[in-house]
Amino acid sequence: MKVTIDGQSVEVEPGTTILQAARMIGGDLVPPAMCYYSKLKGSGGKCRCCLVEVSKGSEADPRPMPKLMASCVTGCMDGMEVNSKNSERVTEARKSVTEFLLINHPLDCPVCDQAGECSLQDLSFEHGKSETRFIEEKRTFEPENIGDKIQLHMNRCILCQRCTTLADQLTDKRVHGVLNRGDHAQISTCVSAAIDNEFSGNMIDVCPVGALTDKTFRFKSRVWFNKPFNAHRDCDKCCGKTTVWMFGNEIQRVTGRKDQYGEVEEFICNTCRFDKKEVSDWTIEGPRKFEKDSVINQNNYVRPLEKVVIETEKNILLGRDIDRKKISMTGVPLKNTDN
Amino acid sequence: MGRKILLDKANIPGIKTYEVYRENGGYKSVEKALTMQPDDITEEVKTSGLRGRGGAGFPVGMKWSFIDKKSGKPRHLVCNADESEPGTFKDRYLMEYIPHLLIEGMITSSYALGCNLSYIYIRGEYMWVFKILEKAIKEAYANGWLGKNIKGSGYDLDLYVHVGAGAYICGEETALIESLEGKRGNPRIKPPFPAISGLWANPTVVNNVESISAVPWIVMNGGAEYAKIGLERSTGTKLISASGHIKNPGVFEIEMGITVEEFINSDEYCGGMIDDRPLKALVPGGSSVPILPAHLIYKTAAGTDRLMTYESLSDGGFATGSMLGSGGFIVYNDTTCIVRNTWNFSRFYHHESCGQCTPCREGTGWLEKILWRIENGQGREEDIELLWNIQSKIEGNTICPLGDAASWPVAAAIRHFREEFEYHVRFPEKIKDRNHFVAEPFSKVQHLVSKQSV
Repeated sequence: MKVTIDGQSVEVEPGTTILQAARMIGGDLVPPAMCYYSKLKGSGGKCRCCLVEVSKGSEADPRPMPKLMASCVTGCMDGMEVNSKNSERVTEARKSVTEFLLINHPLDCPVCDQAGECSLQDLSFEHGKSETRFIEEKRTFEPENIGDKIQLHMNRCILCQRCTTLADQLTDKRVHGVLNRGDHAQISTCVSAAIDNEFSGNMIDVCPVGALTDKTFRFKSRVWFNKPFNAHRDCDKCCGKTTVWMFGNEIQRVTGRKDQYGEVEEFICNTCRFDKKEVSDWTIEGPRKFEKDSVINQNNYVRPLEKVVIETEKNILLGRDIDRKKISMTGVPLKNTDN
Repeated sequence: MGRKILLDKANIPGIKTYEVYRENGGYKSVEKALTMQPDDITEEVKTSGLRGRGGAGFPVGMKWSFIDKKSGKPRHLVCNADESEPGTFKDRYLMEYIPHLLIEGMITSSYALGCNLSYIYIRGEYMWVFKILEKAIKEAYANGWLGKNIKGSGYDLDLYVHVGAGAYICGEETALIESLEGKRGNPRIKPPFPAISGLWANPTVVNNVESISAVPWIVMNGGAEYAKIGLERSTGTKLISASGHIKNPGVFEIEMGITVEEFINSDEYCGGMIDDRPLKALVPGGSSVPILPAHLIYKTAAGTDRLMTYESLSDGGFATGSMLGSGGFIVYNDTTCIVRNTWNFSRFYHHESCGQCTPCREGTGWLEKILWRIENGQGREEDIELLWNIQSKIEGNTICPLGDAASWPVAAAIRHFREEFEYHVRFPEKIKDRNHFVAEPFSKVQHLVSKQSV
């Protein structure tokens, strides 16, 4: 099947969603996704960040779709034409969704451990505004302790429900879920039980914002001060392939290996994530590259460094041409050809 | 006297009991239907032009014909009795007074769709109605209208009533199905539509109480006969729950096509305004439809009479029209503060938003907070533009229609009653006691905010 997104065509298998097709093309036209996670079945459709305009339904039924469609849950049809970045309507919708997501978000990035690798930061960097129209008090939640490994900051949550989907699909028994409704909906264990499961740590990786963070890494460092390395170890529970975040010789944090869309390649177990913090535990493969323009990349040492050549020594005694002209040093001819 | 189809027998004493209902011709349609081919019943309903009475007005026969019969999966019929729209209370009346009519309709419709397991999903607040229905179902089982091999036809049907836990969103068909499955009542992302994959991933049809209750009459008298009642594409009769500043609030069965003027002023229906204060506004179809200002109630913008039909009420689109919706007919006289009314509706949608998708979860709360400020004299001039902007960004960008329902009343209130919002913003002193417009109707102070021209 052929799908055209922003004028670029791609051949896809039946059953591919528009978002997946866009990611196959890549580049600027890929819609942002806050709730969709390709590794989790049934995720997506909730955040409405990935809205696109379908200007032509399919070859068989060329009518445009009247509403903007969530690209992560809308399947491609043969001959479909989609406008993503090209459409004014889509840009406007993404801006408004960003605004909606931010009105009740605490914007505490300076003290948030997610800052630097936060999808909401990326989203608001691209679609947000610097001023707010929201003058009301933000809604807040009582802090809740969900165990000694994972820190829950409900105020930052955007209710993408990735963590509940993950708990359903990866762990035996889900103990947390969504409580209440509307803007008071919250992720909670209801009776403040600890989330204690061998794979629960992956909730931290799938969380697009700083709502679920690693307690063993809490306030240790900003993510951009860490150097990420690909590492692996023999683990009997998971693949053991991770990214370790180092500060000097210290492993401060262990996460799954994330691709350019912030999605982990393989889920890892809690032992690897929380308990193996010694360099001797790991076989370091090498520095990890980041394709995406995230804050981490601002400090990226894998960027090729250009050698700086200072060319003053050679001509320093002669002075600059422009100065020599001004003061007309006759003893030192301007050009060699003058002789 | 208008023709009555649903409430024809509602006043017979003891109609709630099986014996009286049966004596008055009850369950005849089941007897007749069981001798017919299921698809013929669907055809009859299609011919009748019956449109879904829950609000959207989608043709029932069409919906039935979409159900996936080829897959061989078990099919389900679910009756949506989660009637929670502010201003709508027709289904309650129907179920409370003639419960057997709904059950008869459920049997006939289930037979037409080939369902062997059907549900009535009733809202949790209707606990006494639930008990009435349970009792009626027991009677139907005892008399062989439900269960195995109904009346020797070889057709089996089990019917259950399920009580919701008090959520407006569970009236949305996919959220209702989720709730019925025992999950959190979050709307599903469509497609797949319930006709393909609904309850337990089986093909499912969800219909309103009133739609299903109309089916026995259609089966008995034929779809063509039903289509003769009403006007054009709005066929049959419709239950209207009238409330507000009128003499006789209550549930009325009307033939589609009578004028709005007749409905409000006729003694047979609303009986006119409650006192001599004039009509100010009308919400014709439950809280989610746009409000109409006085000059657009009896006449459309084109100057024709406004009729009680799907088409005429939506004449002029949202600029000058509204919708028939679920038939929650709310009449306001000039003591009403539209800002407060809009805030009240917004508060409802804020409270009932499920919290699944961003625009509705965050936007409804925002709308409510701004409207609350304006109503309490803390509004700013730019808030009116802001409200307009927010509602336009919720509408159409959400998973389910609750986002639209939350934004339409706000949009219509600003569109038609903008001056009232301005009055609240500019004269906070005058509205602080909350009795504004009671002693002094808005028409008396309108000049304060009207644009001056020399």
